[in-house]
Amino acid sequence: MCDSCGCGQPGKEPTILKPGEHPHHHTHTHDGVEHSHDHDHDGHHHHTHDHDHRQYRKVEIEQDVLGKNNLLAERNRGYFEAKNILALNLVSSPGSGKTSLLERTIREQGKNLSFFIIEGDQQTMNDANRIKEAGAPVVQVNTGEGCHLDADMVNKAVKKLEVKDGSILMIENVGNLICPAMFDLGESSRVVIMSVTEGEDKPLKYPYMFQTSNLCIINKTDLLPYLDFDLGQAREYAQQVNPKLEFIELSVKTGEGMDQWYDWFKQAATPPQV
Amino acid sequence: MHEFSIAMDIVDIATSYSRKEKANVVKEVEIEVGQLSGVVVEALEFSLEAAVKGTMLENARMNLIFIPGKARCTNCAQEYETDTVYMPCPACQTGAPDIFQGRELRVKSLIID
Ligand SMILES: Nc1nc2c(ncn2[C@@H]2O[C@H](COP(=O)(O)OP(=O)(O)O)[C@@H](O)[C@H]2O)c(=O)[nH]1
Ligand SMILES: [Mg+2]
Ligand SMILES: [Zn+2]
Repeated sequence: MCDSCGCGQPGKEPTILKPGEHPHHHTHTHDGVEHSHDHDHDGHHHHTHDHDHRQYRKVEIEQDVLGKNNLLAERNRGYFEAKNILALNLVSSPGSGKTSLLERTIREQGKNLSFFIIEGDQQTMNDANRIKEAGAPVVQVNTGEGCHLDADMVNKAVKKLEVKDGSILMIENVGNLICPAMFDLGESSRVVIMSVTEGEDKPLKYPYMFQTSNLCIINKTDLLPYLDFDLGQAREYAQQVNPKLEFIELSVKTGEGMDQWYDWFKQAATPPQV
Repeated sequence: MHEFSIAMDIVDIATSYSRKEKANVVKEVEIEVGQLSGVVVEALEFSLEAAVKGTMLENARMNLIFIPGKARCTNCAQEYETDTVYMPCPACQTGAPDIFQGRELRVKSLIID
């Protein structure tokens, strides 16, 4: 087995499931590249003597490593635009309140708006079950060893979800502020969530995430009286990294500030008037 | 650690180009890694070691070329080196510069036979 490289060997590839479904096991090769790892460690190497008669040549290829993901992300984006779907990529550290935000949003706005949810996590169906309970169609993408969603996973999840025209697709990314920053999913906007129980300097520690986001939600404001968290300072740091970043402060728990969030995505969902 | 999936993408790119060029042997893969690309060079090196196992790149040299970050001030056009994407201009303190170098993450070339 391929324990060391997390390269998509059986059992390591992402699974995309609806609540209640169970994974099928199947084997495959990684883009035609077969990984067999049984090379011997006896120390005899075959290429030790050096009369190399090969005629080496240099080929310039200039390929962006993220090019394939970016291309697929643009295809997703085109699909979303054509079907008038607002796709939001929600990113944060674990525990900032992404799933809670979605649950409350679905409960309070689900009658008038149609939500579809993609849940990304390394393991477990927990978040998908919570979302289903809240009343929206959901698929869970378990990335296994992977620490982020990519455009291909979202592409497959969207097909499985059968997202309707004119709906709002919320994608809860894997909880971590590093890896998801590099992977465009084709979202319309990226929303970074931090909570007041985290350090004000998160934006400086994870500048890529804050720089690539459009909206920053600062959650758990109900806890402010008990903490030394300086909201002004947090905003200042975030703006230093990304002067165009918008902010909404709210408490999913008490509901304070939730209306601003609803207004924000309703505004974003309205196609620009021609 | 996203360096693992980045390493797998590098292997995919390099092997598919080597096949297209009908290469028998890949001697070297040249990879540009910008200081502001979001990739940790040491983690990438480590991940590549695992990712090439059992592929035609197994014995190839992975030549990682580090490209330092460079910014241009949007106010006074001053150019300066930076190790963050947001370092303010040393001349006029304006923030949010244009990063014109250091975001590279690219398989640049292959040496093959
Ligand atoms: N006090 C308080 N706790 C919250 C709030 N929002 C979420 N939480 C709690 O934070 C924890 C993590 O929330 P969850 O939605 O699972 O975070 P996720 O990992 O980002 O999806 C849970 O115990 C929530 O009840 C809030 O506004 N105030
Ligand atoms: Mg969650
Ligand atoms: Zn300046």
